[in-house]
Amino acid sequence: MSRPAYRTPVIGDDGPELRARLQAIWETKPGLLGFLGTVDHKEIGIRYIVTAFLLLAAGGVEALVMRLQLAGPDRRLLTPEQYNQLFSTHGMTMIFLYASPVLSGFSNYLWPLLLGARDMAFPRLNALSYWVYLAAAIFLYTGFLVGAGPNDGWFNYVPYALAEYNPGLNQDYYALGMILLGISTSVGAANFIVTAFKMRAPGMSINRIPIMVWGTLTASVANLAVVPAVSLAFFMLWLDRRFGTHFFDSAGGGQPLLWQHLFWLFGHPWVYAIVLPAMGMVSDGLPVFCRRPLVGYSLVALGTVATMILGFGVWVHHMFATGLPALSLSFFSAASFAITFPSLIALASWLATIWLGRPVVTTAFLFFASTILLFVIGGVSGLMTASVPIDLQLTDTYFIVAHLHYTIVGINLFPVVGAVYFWFPKMTGRLLNERLGRWNFWTMFVGFNLAFLPMHITGLLGMPRRVYTYPAHMGWDGLNLLISIGSYIFAAGVLLFLINVARSRRGGAVAGPDPWGGPTLEWATTSPPPPYNFAVIPTIASRHPLWEAALDEEEARSSIHRGMLLDHGKEALATSPMDAEPERIVEMPEDSVGPFALAVGLLVLLFGLLHFQPWLSAAGGLIVAAALLAWLWPRRKLLERAEPAHG
Amino acid sequence: MSGAPLSYLGSAGSKAHQVVPLTWFALIVSTATCLIFAALIVAAVRRGRAEGDVVAAQAVIRGGNGLRWIFVSLILAAVPIAVMLVWTMIAIARTGVPPAHPALVLDVTPQQFWWRIRYRGALPSDTFTTANEIHIPVGAKVLVRLNSPDVIHSFWVPSLSGKTDAIPGQNNVTWLEASRPGRFRGQCAEFCGAEHARMGFEVVAQSPADFEAWRRGQLRSAPRPVTTEQVRGLAIVEYRCSLCHSVRGTIAGAGSAPDLTHLMSRATIAAAQLPNNPGSLRGWIEDPQARKPGTQMPNQHLDAAQLNDLTAYLGTLK
Amino acid sequence: MAELVCADPGPLPVGPVGRSGMGWWGVATLIASEAALFGFLIFAYFYVGATAQPGWLLEPAPKLFPALPNTLLLLASSGAAWWGEKGVERGRRHQAVAGLLGAFVMGAVFAGVQAYEWSVKTYGMGESSYASLYYVTTGLHMAHVLVGLVILLTLAAWTAAGFFSQVRWIPVSAGILYWHFVDVVWLFVFATYYLTPYLGFPQ
Ligand code: HEA
Ligand code: HEA
Ligand code: HEC
Ligand code: CUA
Ligand SMILES: [Cu+2]
Repeated sequence: MSRPAYRTPVIGDDGPELRARLQAIWETKPGLLGFLGTVDHKEIGIRYIVTAFLLLAAGGVEALVMRLQLAGPDRRLLTPEQYNQLFSTHGMTMIFLYASPVLSGFSNYLWPLLLGARDMAFPRLNALSYWVYLAAAIFLYTGFLVGAGPNDGWFNYVPYALAEYNPGLNQDYYALGMILLGISTSVGAANFIVTAFKMRAPGMSINRIPIMVWGTLTASVANLAVVPAVSLAFFMLWLDRRFGTHFFDSAGGGQPLLWQHLFWLFGHPWVYAIVLPAMGMVSDGLPVFCRRPLVGYSLVALGTVATMILGFGVWVHHMFATGLPALSLSFFSAASFAITFPSLIALASWLATIWLGRPVVTTAFLFFASTILLFVIGGVSGLMTASVPIDLQLTDTYFIVAHLHYTIVGINLFPVVGAVYFWFPKMTGRLLNERLGRWNFWTMFVGFNLAFLPMHITGLLGMPRRVYTYPAHMGWDGLNLLISIGSYIFAAGVLLFLINVARSRRGGAVAGPDPWGGPTLEWATTSPPPPYNFAVIPTIASRHPLWEAALDEEEARSSIHRGMLLDHGKEALATSPMDAEPERIVEMPEDSVGPFALAVGLLVLLFGLLHFQPWLSAAGGLIVAAALLAWLWPRRKLLERAEPAHG
Repeated sequence: MSGAPLSYLGSAGSKAHQVVPLTWFALIVSTATCLIFAALIVAAVRRGRAEGDVVAAQAVIRGGNGLRWIFVSLILAAVPIAVMLVWTMIAIARTGVPPAHPALVLDVTPQQFWWRIRYRGALPSDTFTTANEIHIPVGAKVLVRLNSPDVIHSFWVPSLSGKTDAIPGQNNVTWLEASRPGRFRGQCAEFCGAEHARMGFEVVAQSPADFEAWRRGQLRSAPRPVTTEQVRGLAIVEYRCSLCHSVRGTIAGAGSAPDLTHLMSRATIAAAQLPNNPGSLRGWIEDPQARKPGTQMPNQHLDAAQLNDLTAYLGTLK
Repeated sequence: MAELVCADPGPLPVGPVGRSGMGWWGVATLIASEAALFGFLIFAYFYVGATAQPGWLLEPAPKLFPALPNTLLLLASSGAAWWGEKGVERGRRHQAVAGLLGAFVMGAVFAGVQAYEWSVKTYGMGESSYASLYYVTTGLHMAHVLVGLVILLTLAAWTAAGFFSQVRWIPVSAGILYWHFVDVVWLFVFATYYLTPYLGFPQ
């Protein structure tokens, strides 16, 4: 049964018979094996999102405990070491285990739907990146739960992180866990890049992809390039701690600042990587509620890429106080100023979109629109810190804490919650409750500003960050109480959100395929979408396939219900990188527990390394090797190899 | 900002004078930008708000192309940003380079979780070491050389100067100048472990005459104990405390903890955490970990009588 | 009434054909990220070297024997692998297996010589920051060589078993691409550790 190397795809119409056939081909098997083995991007995306939100709750609860300690001067709820582990674990959780994975989750879920594809380019890698993320989260939180959480802040400066000053297992957990997480991020990034370039529906040329795809694509390219820096830094840290190397301790000729360079070479691009996809959500979601296309699509796409390119060149603004020469400080200061302009493009475009549109105020709209304001507040405070002389005062005070929460919460959490309101009907077939939604939004919005605006002032009044307590009479007492109260209001808002999700999942109003009258392809399929996403491969003629009739801008119309059938097996279409010309029929892999096994093996390996248990490490290594071999074995089904010669 | 000793919205020296107006400028521009955006968002929503809630039922419009918004905002923003950039460069030039001929050179060595300060004189006999309280003459440019023996700390006196890190193996310098007498609070500003929170210090700016008097005082060795209590106190210091501390003129000569020779000349103890009075001094020695959990000074398990003797002796270290 | 556009392509390849397919893209992204890793390692060397005390180099004049011939050997193995791939492409199985095995043998010798170099060093990785950098950089490279060797051997076995035809050989191409990458990276590592001291780094 040799397969032909070439085939002309059959063109046909969407229909129940075709759907039944595709359903049989694409459905995940029931049972545990199906659960562990599924490679459906939608399932994986939702797992990512749910896991990330659980970790947000964990990180949030940590912050709430910190806020109890800081509510007044000289409080003794926590010991210094407890506080230090809490704030470090909070930072690590929010930045690494919530902010980035939640966006991967959305991109995983949405990309094939937005792009008119049946799955991601590498579905099994996709599963792998989720399982490894979960393994890393388990590993890192094991450390925290046995009292060995990170205790040197999320950026973990040496020498305090070295064994001499930090003899416990804390830093070993953090170092090894971060290397594991790095694998997940890199694998995911590679998958996004290839998907963006190869898996778009025919006709969806590069200037027609949704901004959200631009955002994640840009972030993924950055991740691919800079995640190795931080993995390497953590690997060196572990070697310094356990094998007596001298990368970072000055006694052995090492350089404490090497850590900072490697970390921020990664860290600064990373902060944009955790907002660009979320900015993309706003760029794609806001126009739907303004009933008009986004203003300045090309400029916004360009701005996205430009932000990242500039973002590679500003890492030193986290190191202004380290005693570098004034000349290089000026350079990095100016480069940081320059980032204002691409950011401003997005902000101005969103504002103009509302202004020139006919906004319908929904909860999702409120979250997206409030992002604009929060971004401006976080952005201008970033601009202040970009000025070296000002930053030498601001750095390491609560002003920075305010800046980072306005940017991350403002441009990540707010858009993400908005995105849940927006895409929840697609994911579950049910709408979230709007009344509860209003309560949800206003509690979060008011609570957030109550909690984090005053931090600017405590910062200006000189309150250092990362202090487990502070003396009275420094002028900070009242403000800190206000901040603590605000945090609890904010947390209540998050709780309302979780309640809304829990209730609407079963009891919400039925959504139908397109509750918002959206422009992009995900609204063309059912809610929730079938395992194969689209019965026929659509052909795209514009940026807004579903708004073409209303806008009547172009001659041609996208073809949604008629197209290539590709029903000879689990098939998808690969297209060319720029113009999305059909290029190849791809045989997609079946479900596989390989990725899961691989992640388990890595986790075992890591625990072995952590405790210096050679047998455990070897066992883990064996599982990894076996899983890899099984995975990479050339499969005839996937047409990776020819028939063996007969006879 | 008298109620907030670490505030940097005010300044007390020529270096900080350069920065405070820039800070205010940036703050005002920033606040204005936020207010403008808030107003525009509200206006935009009010302006075109569609009737009805069912989103899908609303018609899709083209609504003008709006690119002008982007270009205009870019141009408008360029103006304050250009001002800030130029001002920033000027301020860097004026504050970034340490003085070539400082009136005074200090070696400041932060460590977990206190500050050692060495005054270098022309002669070795003019050199002395103290802790946690830096005295400088008003109007003099003071060069501060920073180096850390353990982890990274950061030197920061908000009313006089921004932060400079002290990094092991690296010689960083910064400088200060106070334009009026006063006590200015400083604080370690880089996370350095358990008691990073309580690693403060003070800068005391004095008239040149007062400073000179203080300096001469610091050069003296500790007086000999007089009363029997004081004698017993010295014995304890030499026997117990000398592992880490030094008191010039006695056999206590270790350097891993604050020099106690002129302990009583300082207004605070334990890195600006406790007032320097007999009660808090005694409390500190009795159980340092209770007052500053994680500090490197261990509990010495002294009984009440020993504590009496000790405080009696320490009280003579003026 | 506007017109529907509906892509209606002619015959399309089903799955990978020749050396092109999705797998190629996967390996290319893997290589990009690995290249970044070595970029950061080399950055670390130059950064630490530039800020170090004089005398930081433990070997101010690194011995080029056997490192230089070893480097040439590794390059030659890339050539052999390329020749092997040509064999698959043209359907000459013997050439293919010979090329892959040749590359494997040369790579294995390279690894052996490198291990020998380590064994005759007078310092271990805990000696100084230079030593740590040297061992970890060459060690990570060695890890890549070992992975590459496993890949070459597996490919040789699969080729011998007749898994690949003139129509499809993407795993071979992808594996060999990876091997080329391992070789090119070595050139950078070699230039950094063995040549820049002669050019005066660090002063
Ligand atoms: C996650 C998202 C995110 C984003 C988007 C940003 C955006 C920016 N950040 Fe921020 N930053 C962080 C996350 C982020 N940051 C984090 C997490 C830290 C702390 C890490 C830690 O120490 O723990 C940090 C710290 C940080 C520092 C180091 C502070 C210190 O430790 O001393 C600096 C210094 O320059 C800086 C600068 C900037 C700048 C210039 C921008 C720019 O991109 C902002 C550009 C946008 C605007 C400026 C607003 C729009 C423009 C206008 C409305 C025009 C009109 C404005 C004017 C005329 C004023 N950031
Ligand atoms: C995504 C990023 C993110 C988010 C969302 C938050 C959210 C919050 N952060 Fe965080 N924060 C950081 C990222 C983030 N932070 C980072 C990177 C640092 C720097 C760390 C470092 O210095 O190393 C930091 C540091 C930091 C500090 C400074 C600590 C210090 O320097 O000493 C403080 C202090 O107030 C703080 C407070 C808060 C508060 C009150 C919230 C609130 O928003 C929390 C709101 C609460 C929730 C979201 C939980 C909701 C859940 C429930 C109501 C219960 C549900 C329970 C179950 C289902 C079990 N944060
Ligand atoms: C093991 C070392 C060690 C010993 C022994 C020790 N100390 Fe200390 N001491 C320290 C350190 C370290 C500090 C700085 C603590 C800080 O501020 O965190 C300190 C601080 C002090 C201070 C405050 C100094 C200042 O200017 O802030 C006093 C007073 C003091 N010690 C007295 C004593 C006395 C009295 C004894 C003996 C009974 C003693 N110490 C024994 C290490 C030691
Ligand atoms: Cu010393 Cu913080
Ligand atoms: Cu940054």
